[in-house]
Amino acid sequence: MWDYSDKVKDHFFQPRNAGVLKDANGVGEVGSISCGDALRLMLKVEPESGIILDAQFQTFGCGSAIASSSALTEIIKGKTLDEALLVSNQDIADYLDGLPPEKMHCSVMGREALQAAVANYRGEVWRDDHEEGALVCKCFAIDAVLIENTIRQNNLCTVQEVTNYTKAGGGCSSCHEGIEEILAEVMSERGETYKPGSLPKEAASPVGLSNLQRIRKIEAVLEAVRPQLRRDGGDIELMDVDGKTIYVNMTGACAGCQMEAMTLQGIQQKLMEELKEFIKIVPTKVSSLTRAMKG
Amino acid sequence: MNGIYFDNNATTRVDPAVVEAMLPYFTEQFGNPSSMHSFGNKVGLAIKKARMQVQELLGAEHDSEVVFTSCGTESDSTALLSALRAQPERREIITTTVEHPAILTLCTHLEKEGYKVHLLSVDEKGRLDLEAYKKLLTEQVAVVSVMWANNETGTYFPVVEMAELAHACGAMFHTDAVQIAGKVPLNLKDTQIDMLSLSGHKLHAPKGIGVLYLKRGTRFRPLLRGGHQERGRRAGTENTASIVGLGKAAELALASMAFENTEIARLRDKLETSILAKVPRSFVTGDPSNRLPNTSNIAFEFIEGEAILLLLNKFGIAASSGSACTSGSLEPSHVMRAMGVPYTAAHGTVRFSLSRYSTEAEVDRVIQVVPEIIQQLRKLSPYWDGAGPVTDPEKVFAPTYA
Repeated sequence: MWDYSDKVKDHFFQPRNAGVLKDANGVGEVGSISCGDALRLMLKVEPESGIILDAQFQTFGCGSAIASSSALTEIIKGKTLDEALLVSNQDIADYLDGLPPEKMHCSVMGREALQAAVANYRGEVWRDDHEEGALVCKCFAIDAVLIENTIRQNNLCTVQEVTNYTKAGGGCSSCHEGIEEILAEVMSERGETYKPGSLPKEAASPVGLSNLQRIRKIEAVLEAVRPQLRRDGGDIELMDVDGKTIYVNMTGACAGCQMEAMTLQGIQQKLMEELKEFIKIVPTKVSSLTRAMKG
Repeated sequence: MNGIYFDNNATTRVDPAVVEAMLPYFTEQFGNPSSMHSFGNKVGLAIKKARMQVQELLGAEHDSEVVFTSCGTESDSTALLSALRAQPERREIITTTVEHPAILTLCTHLEKEGYKVHLLSVDEKGRLDLEAYKKLLTEQVAVVSVMWANNETGTYFPVVEMAELAHACGAMFHTDAVQIAGKVPLNLKDTQIDMLSLSGHKLHAPKGIGVLYLKRGTRFRPLLRGGHQERGRRAGTENTASIVGLGKAAELALASMAFENTEIARLRDKLETSILAKVPRSFVTGDPSNRLPNTSNIAFEFIEGEAILLLLNKFGIAASSGSACTSGSLEPSHVMRAMGVPYTAAHGTVRFSLSRYSTEAEVDRVIQVVPEIIQQLRKLSPYWDGAGPVTDPEKVFAPTYA
């Protein structure tokens, strides 16, 4: 069973704005019936102001596809077309309190439907600019097509390089066999043989950071999120770094906040991206610890 | 938890009598069956009894043909790899497009190692073409592996006949019988099947216990080498409690086999015909005239299976789907694709699998709930309009590929 957030379940069980919008003047149809997800987004745009007065959808798809469609219509209603086009797939996922990595493509489909509908309203033709492949890295939701293209464009030849360029394989490392297979395939296209253990052509910098370097990077990430936390009346403090575990103290309004687990999850993700390794962030106060585990 | 569990091809509830039989083997009967003292000896005798109970379920000639493993997948891997190692001069494998991943993923891997894998295709009802099979049988073939009953549709394959054909060209024959064992009488001593896989948790024994049947005289190379357990064919200290549990489960399965093939089959048929009568644009996949008594796989066109399962789950009903989304892959079930079921239907397949615990009241409840759920989701579908599909659905809704 997927680990869907309550928000995803809510938008699936009670979809908002479902059904045909009779007087739509912008319609976007995207998706792939072979993958099992397809979405028709219908917009009613006020020509003078460019404001989206109404938005409805019809979706063939799973729980998160229906929830993403529902969330999208809620997000864009009342926005101008230009404002709406700034909505990213991450915004849709965030609106739903996150999606499982295997399901992020549902939010991508939402954003594409929006682009297609706006193009249709403006009398333009929308073209899809990416192809989706099988999910390889579950930690960072990276698919095979992206890995293949990145290897091809940058002449990569090691798993470490693939991780540095795409993040794939930078987490739990279970997908390394899969990455090696893709490397072997793409390298043979250019007449090379994949050799495990061969060194990358350029020394990859994030490998083997000293403790001091790591802590500096961690501090920098925390510094970057601090203004946001302070705005909500809270703060975060680095307590200790023990191997792959980073201990922090949540203070002010952050301590005991309902959203603490989610905040920490977001910070953990940023830290992993920055350090390019799998780490675990642990709040030091017992009360917050139990909540984080439940989250 | 009180729910309606119609997902018994995924796993089953452990029978209370099985749990009872197992419990002493965690506490007072904790000995290692290999030990000389009486702590071990009693456990050794219990394993012997369990082996005979499984022998009887399988209709095997000797109890020593039963090798306990950790699961169906281990049995499958052991069988195929053994056949290849025992006959290094034969470099080909024959299997089908609709096997379980335990076989297919292994075969894909073996292909990378240089073996030639032939995949037999199926027709729209999931049936194999025996003429095509005969043409593939040469002296290059080390092993043929064909499931006895398909896990998604329940469709049977003619493995007894196929084993004879395999032997005629000197190839070994393995069958993945995890779905059929315990549901239908098997009489292995009268067949030429060399190896068979069974999984405990499909027949009300616990997870983590399986069997590889190995016909006496079949050349064998173990997967795990080490101690002398299972006569050296599967090293590693025995999972004694689970082995005892599987023995008990085999005995119970044999005792309720008639019930499974009459009463459970009747409930399944009632479920299926009632749903088909109430839901337009739905159909049974596989071969309804030749399948497991407990399984019904129904395709609901123009909607997606995961969404169906989530709504069923809200009503406390558990089933499975062949949609891509339920597994996190990009393609719907390989079994549905192999039968040529169109995408608009393959994603909407739902498998209901009953057990001897299923009741008429449960079936009636599912019959009541399913049509509402299907209607609810079709209201959201771009392929559906009011009471039926839009005319020419593929043209009316042709999304840009994303």
